[in-house]
Amino acid sequence: MFNKILYLVASLLLILSFIKDKNKTKTALEKAWKAFENILPQFLSILIIIGIMLSIITPETISRLIGEKSGWTGMLIAGAIGSITLIPAFIAFPLAAALIKSGAGTMQIAVLISTLMMVGIVTMPVEIKYFGRKATILRNSMAFIFSFIAAIVIGWVL
Amino acid sequence: MMMNILKRYRMFLFLLIVNALIIVFIPDVGLKTINITWNNTLEMLSLIPPIFIMLGLLDVWVQRETLVRFMGEKSGIVGIVIAFLMGSAAAGPLYGAFPVAGVLLKKGAKLSNILIFIGAWSTTKIPLLLFEASSVGWKFMLTRFLIDIPGIIIIAFVIEKLMNKDEKALIYENALSL
Repeated sequence: MFNKILYLVASLLLILSFIKDKNKTKTALEKAWKAFENILPQFLSILIIIGIMLSIITPETISRLIGEKSGWTGMLIAGAIGSITLIPAFIAFPLAAALIKSGAGTMQIAVLISTLMMVGIVTMPVEIKYFGRKATILRNSMAFIFSFIAAIVIGWVL
Repeated sequence: MMMNILKRYRMFLFLLIVNALIIVFIPDVGLKTINITWNNTLEMLSLIPPIFIMLGLLDVWVQRETLVRFMGEKSGIVGIVIAFLMGSAAAGPLYGAFPVAGVLLKKGAKLSNILIFIGAWSTTKIPLLLFEASSVGWKFMLTRFLIDIPGIIIIAFVIEKLMNKDEKALIYENALSL
């Protein structure tokens, strides 16, 4: 649904651009392709790494590690899993819902979700390419710490 | 030319070989890797065309002066709001955000605003929020959303402060060559 909106907006803008200026539109498409081709090797590597990782760290493994009464250790494990792996949202959220049902703590789930979204160890090479080493490491480590703060607040509210 | 391609794709080729070895020696794990990688590739391919087309259009149509006015050093709260809106309207995994960030850097957006954009893309994407609410509940989603907004801004500002002038200049310079 949202993908369709995205396609619709992109097509409309592209048509509008084409009507206004053919040459500029051609340049835009060339730039789009160049930006894509430039990052393609990293994208492909990330896809393979995710494939291998998620085959080893399965949802079953995760639920065993951050299940019921796993406490602070569970939160740290959740943070580590969330930082290292890159689970797409369409797997992550149903997994989170299932984990909560099977008795995992809200705080562990919150850490897992936050770190999954904000911290990306696998994608660090891509991030470094654009932001350099220092900013990348700063962003990821601060996001890691912040995920615990967010989790504590969520645990306290819910 | 050929050597250049090989060099750029060497990590990918290495991983491909590792994956092939897994498929040969641990077939049940290997089968899963094929399945997962295939699904993720399809997801990526479905999101990449519109994102990169808009990136190209942004690059060509939005002038540097305009972008600096709305997202540059002196853009203030307007820049923050635009960065949030851009990031939240996005779709797809975080690594898709970096090429867009590259264009923003090239056009002279303020570093903290680009970091806010990255933060919003990672955690406050609208489709993601809706999906989150339906799987783990509205209360969970809203609480996380409300705490993430200040969190993203604080992280962005602290990083901006911790980077010295030269380090920042290097990032912007590097963006021009991408």
